Amino acid sequence: MENIAEEVLMGNRYALAKAITAIENERENAMEIMQKLYPHTGHAYVLGITGPPGAGKSTLTDKLAKEYRRQGKTVGIIAIDPSSPFSGGAILGDRIRMNDLTLDDGVFMRSMGTRGSLGGLSHKTADAVKVMDAFGMDVIFVETVGVGQSEVDIVKAADTTMVVLIPGMGDDIQAIKAGILEIGDIFTINKADHDGADKLATELNMMLDLDGVMKEWRPPIMKTIANQNIGIAEVVETFGKHHNHIDGNGQLTVRRTERTKNEMLDLLDSRIGEHIRRNVVENGKIDKLVEEIKARRTDPYTEAAKIVSEMLK
Amino acid sequence: MDKIKVLVAKPGLDGHDRGAKVVARALRDAGFEVVYTGLRQTPEQIAAAAAEEDVDVVAMSLLSGAHPHLFPAVVKLVREKGMKDALIIGGGVIPDGDIPALKEAGVSEVFTPGTPTGDIVEYIKAHVKK
Ligand SMILES: Nc1nc2c(ncn2[C@@H]2O[C@H](COP(=O)(O)OP(=O)(O)OP(=O)(O)O)[C@@H](O)[C@H]2O)c(=O)[nH]1
Ligand SMILES: [Mg+2]
Repeated sequence: MENIAEEVLMGNRYALAKAITAIENERENAMEIMQKLYPHTGHAYVLGITGPPGAGKSTLTDKLAKEYRRQGKTVGIIAIDPSSPFSGGAILGDRIRMNDLTLDDGVFMRSMGTRGSLGGLSHKTADAVKVMDAFGMDVIFVETVGVGQSEVDIVKAADTTMVVLIPGMGDDIQAIKAGILEIGDIFTINKADHDGADKLATELNMMLDLDGVMKEWRPPIMKTIANQNIGIAEVVETFGKHHNHIDGNGQLTVRRTERTKNEMLDLLDSRIGEHIRRNVVENGKIDKLVEEIKARRTDPYTEAAKIVSEMLK
Repeated sequence: MDKIKVLVAKPGLDGHDRGAKVVARALRDAGFEVVYTGLRQTPEQIAAAAAEEDVDVVAMSLLSGAHPHLFPAVVKLVREKGMKDALIIGGGVIPDGDIPALKEAGVSEVFTPGTPTGDIVEYIKAHVKK
């Protein structure tokens, strides 16, 4: 398909799919697509959904998407699953919970594997979000598993992030609390039909209060039973409240400015990295240098400085 | 680098997906990205998911005997989405006599029960258009 970007802007769903493929596979045309789409971005509201495996993130996303559809909003969904570190392959199973959305023209859902490089993943996710944004989606969900550093990076693409927890996680919550307290604007205890939801809510409340500092926004703790559609409208309402809150106090602008700056810096990093790979690594220059350095005829500091000043000429 | 992306789909009403899951895992272990959508998919849902995910391969598995109708329906809808290069293969309990008609309808290859998963992997690697 030629003119992918133009087709995306005209509402061609298959072009949207092709654009994301180009980004995912770092194809040559990805940059041109992003250049053309960028002016049309900045309208969507981006929601991050994260939490441990099997917590019900996809089921929640399915139900939340339907609630937004009832309100007349269009919805994009990006669901990320871990790739196998051994084969590099992945089973992307999030659609199983979202089959009702497949035939709705107001929804576009895409699965992605983490494919090893997490740094790469966060910028690819951010670009996939932008493509859906330019396509005209009002609300875009990004579902990721876990709450490690990589997920923190990915949810930085989100305006509001919800952490999904489930009863019976016991000590796990201690282990992940540093991560979750940071990134959760909203918490939900899903599978609230299971024992221990109240206990978990109490623990979580204590941890959030221990934080001490009076915050402008105290992350609310919701309860949901996603597969029974219970608590869903309340979550959507809370997303709205958080949106209004950060819109009103300028925090949304701050977050988006920060994000734009980080994206710019990441892009510079990767362009410079590419330049070095091409002009220092792939042509074998590095191997000659390493020999010189090993023989102590020169040192890595001098050579690195030389390469950089050469590059900047 | 491009990865081979496969939609493993279960059209029709039969309620077993053990076979489909075994294939999905074998494909993952071969380094493919496998989108699995669960049981009881209509041809319309399969084609829509294939297009959104922009897969290279649609692999259908069917035990119910509805393949003479469902497999060609999927082929037709997938092509209508503009996916002219996607490789479409099928598997399941399919009588030998039905296979020529399925191939005629655009199913590239049909794998009957007992086919080693490695053969499916090799077939995809040899025939996928990247
Ligand atoms: N009892 C109960 N089960 C639920 C609830 N929400 C989801 N489930 C079930 O939990 C299982 C996992 O749900 P998913 O939505 O796939 O969970 P996930 O967090 O997206 O899983 P991964 O993407 O694999 O990490 C499914 O069988 C759901 O039907 C709930 O509130 N209560
Ligand atoms: Mg999921």
